[in-house]
Amino acid sequence: MSGVRLYFKYLSMLFRSQMQYRASFLLLTFGQFFIPFAVFASLYFMFERFGQLRGWSFFEVALIFGVIHMAFSIAECFARGFDMFSSLVGAGEFDRLLVRPRSTVVQVLGSQFEFTRFGRLLQSAIVLVWALAKLPVDWNVAKGITLALMIACGVFIFAGIFILFATLCFWTVQGLEVANIFTDGGREMAQYPLDIYKRWVTVFFTFVIPFGCINYLPMLYILDRVEGRDLAYMAMPLAGAVFLVPCVLVWQIGVRHYRSTGS
Amino acid sequence: MIELQGISKSFKVAKRSSGIGQAFKALFAREHTTVHALQEISFSIGEGEIVGYIGPNGAGKSTSIKVMSGILVPDEGSCSVMGYTPWKDRTAYVKNIGVVFGQRSQLWWDVPVLDSFELLKDIYRIPDAEYRGNLSMLTETLDLEPILKVPVRQLSLGQRMRCEIAASLLHGPRILFLDEPTIGLDAVSKLAVRRFIRTLNEEKGVTVILTTHDMSDIEALAERILMIGKGTLLYDGTIGELRNRFGTERKITVDYETCDRPLEIEGAKTLSWSPERAVFSVDTGQYRIADLISRLSGQIELLDVSVEAKPVEEMIVELYREHRI
Repeated sequence: MSGVRLYFKYLSMLFRSQMQYRASFLLLTFGQFFIPFAVFASLYFMFERFGQLRGWSFFEVALIFGVIHMAFSIAECFARGFDMFSSLVGAGEFDRLLVRPRSTVVQVLGSQFEFTRFGRLLQSAIVLVWALAKLPVDWNVAKGITLALMIACGVFIFAGIFILFATLCFWTVQGLEVANIFTDGGREMAQYPLDIYKRWVTVFFTFVIPFGCINYLPMLYILDRVEGRDLAYMAMPLAGAVFLVPCVLVWQIGVRHYRSTGS
Repeated sequence: MIELQGISKSFKVAKRSSGIGQAFKALFAREHTTVHALQEISFSIGEGEIVGYIGPNGAGKSTSIKVMSGILVPDEGSCSVMGYTPWKDRTAYVKNIGVVFGQRSQLWWDVPVLDSFELLKDIYRIPDAEYRGNLSMLTETLDLEPILKVPVRQLSLGQRMRCEIAASLLHGPRILFLDEPTIGLDAVSKLAVRRFIRTLNEEKGVTVILTTHDMSDIEALAERILMIGKGTLLYDGTIGELRNRFGTERKITVDYETCDRPLEIEGAKTLSWSPERAVFSVDTGQYRIADLISRLSGQIELLDVSVEAKPVEEMIVELYREHRI
């Protein structure tokens, strides 16, 4: 738990640093608010034109969209240190982390925080709230918990991907743009209900990178599109937390490799 | 305190060859060469010593500092520092050491120095009382009072280095690793840093391992020198021993009333000559300086004579040359 406390100390430090550049902070936050807006607008106009997508209404898709984009922007805020890890390791700063008596994961997380992503977060939160307000869902505690789990575990999946690709930097030093296929690409795919895709895509995003488990499947439960086995659908998002485990293990292997090769 | 036994470390380095064809080939089949960064390094350092760790670039200094500070795991050999094996149980071990990388900052760039110190307090879990005590001691001895509230980016290099050193000592480590602490500093800051290291060592008994290319650092601080070259330990001894080894030679500079021919003095090698001044070198193991000066004054009207021992800098260069590194 002291790791969490330390992380927030790092955050407060990074926030004070960021506030040294107030104008650029405000402009970037503003920009981040509007970037995904274009993506959402195209979604809106598509439904305007076609009315529905394989039996999914606009607000149902907007809910899925809101969840995945919220998870992505929170992950980009908090796990930015891993996203930007190539610059840290390239500058030799990782040695510094190793001579400090704390876990490398907490220290890398604490090395960067992207406050400007709050703009994106706000935008996706608005979409989510709008969709929730318009959908005829019988809300209860269980559904509320499920929704919170969906977002939280979505954050874990994106964080896991960031960690996985940060780990590769121990071998390549340079950052790999390949990671974007899984983060940006995964986000773009998973902003629609997974059943509109070909089977192998659905399988990939359910069992390999479980985006489907954090939005599509529990969404079926929230929208009462399935009968029975409520608990199973509610617990689906936890697959995202499970996904994080091997990512952190691979990270530990990477750190061990770094310490034996020094490169 | 520190005990290294047969430490070896080698790296695989991708071979770079010129030409686009070669570069293309390397994309698929990389050839590697093995670089032996450290070979069978053994030494021990006692508590409270200041050791100068020297060697040309690429000799293996940084690699051995990284092994001792737990960053790198060696291929072979054992290392024990305060009873710990540095690369095992990393988090428990590193609480006991302080590390300053002269070329890299550990302070947060955009916030006041004091904020960085506060965060380090949390990172190292330093108890309040201990933190306050160490901070006030460091503030006083390193004269940090006027700069504690200044963002790091506004500090001069000398000021920043003083803060870096303070930052690595907040948790009261028993061992301090300094990797080129005086690099790029002006004369005043250099002296301040040296004076501080000496005080720290004398008053707190902190063991200091220092790498540097500035031999005056070594001369001012280190009792003992470890010299490493091509990954092997080439010299381990005190500055005094080094002096005895090369130090029987003295350089004599004489100024005199104009004399239009070169002087020839028995036992002295002429290093340079002009009508007003000559420089000789003499091996004091064989000839006495007094004899030489009396012989000189027999030939010319002496105005000034100065006798110097060989500077440590030159002795080191000679050591390097001896080992062909």
